[in-house]
Amino acid sequence: MNWGSWSEFWAMGGYGLYVWGSYLVTLVFMATEVVLLLLRRNSIMDFLARMPRNHYGRIRDEGET
Amino acid sequence: MSLAEKALTGKLPFRMGTINWFKYSSPQTFFPLAGKMIPLFAVAALLLCGAGLYIGFFVAPTDATQGESYRIIFIHVPAAWMSMFIYLVMAFWAGLGLVLNTRLSSMMATALAPTGAMFTFLALWTGSLWGKPTWGTWWVWDARLTSELILLFLYLGFMALQAAIDDPRRADKAGAVLAMVGAVNIPIIYFSVKWWNTLHQGASVSLTSSPSMAKTMLLGMLIMALGFWMYSIAVVLSRVRCVILERERHTEWVGQYLGAKR
Repeated sequence: MNWGSWSEFWAMGGYGLYVWGSYLVTLVFMATEVVLLLLRRNSIMDFLARMPRNHYGRIRDEGET
Repeated sequence: MSLAEKALTGKLPFRMGTINWFKYSSPQTFFPLAGKMIPLFAVAALLLCGAGLYIGFFVAPTDATQGESYRIIFIHVPAAWMSMFIYLVMAFWAGLGLVLNTRLSSMMATALAPTGAMFTFLALWTGSLWGKPTWGTWWVWDARLTSELILLFLYLGFMALQAAIDDPRRADKAGAVLAMVGAVNIPIIYFSVKWWNTLHQGASVSLTSSPSMAKTMLLGMLIMALGFWMYSIAVVLSRVRCVILERERHTEWVGQYLGAKR
């Protein structure tokens, strides 16, 4: 074990800004990518659910019944 | 019924011996397969990153010369590896799509670009935060850093070019040419620390020599790299599913898929 206490852990031997600055930004980017993907999926699914489709499953053209 | 019988009577999803590799090359058959694989890779990514971070912070010792600042390595190196590896995979699929005119290959390339760009940025960002305490500067125009920055511009250029062309198939072709020409940058990044006199240190891990770092440090770094790899696969598969639905929204199979889900 490298750390005597939590404050020692967060201080990272005086390099806290650099180490946590790296890890925090990495975490934020990766989490944001996942959230953006979920939003993108929901938006395309919503769009597809609203589209009227014909008997074959194709999106109906204007005027087609 | 034996495996061979099943194969002969067509009860297996593929033919044994002569596996039908093209079965999953159409968006329609790949879409549900990708959906099944995403949770597996996501769980693997979480477990590996958890284990890697534990080893990185609680098992790996303090570095003799760099103190605790070296712990950035556990995300810096995996991010940098992924930035280069994803580019090669992207150029491969883009090139295959250009040659064989297969839609799914090009969609894979499109889906890979944002994740590759993200890892390139993270490699630059974490490198900068590591460079300040160890070299005394956030940035230098040395060969390694400059070629990695060019990689970021290649990714952004690929995405911008594809976004600027309305017809997806033409966007695929234009993007493929850019991706393949840009692939020459990857060996330049990789060997830059050998070819030029860079401030960036040489490779700590290479295929030809034993690693020049403590075993637990190396272990944590490799596990994190595997975790980032699994994350990339999960994220790219879920993005390619979005791309498939967006591009194939007019087709019958999408309608039938949605009908079956309701």
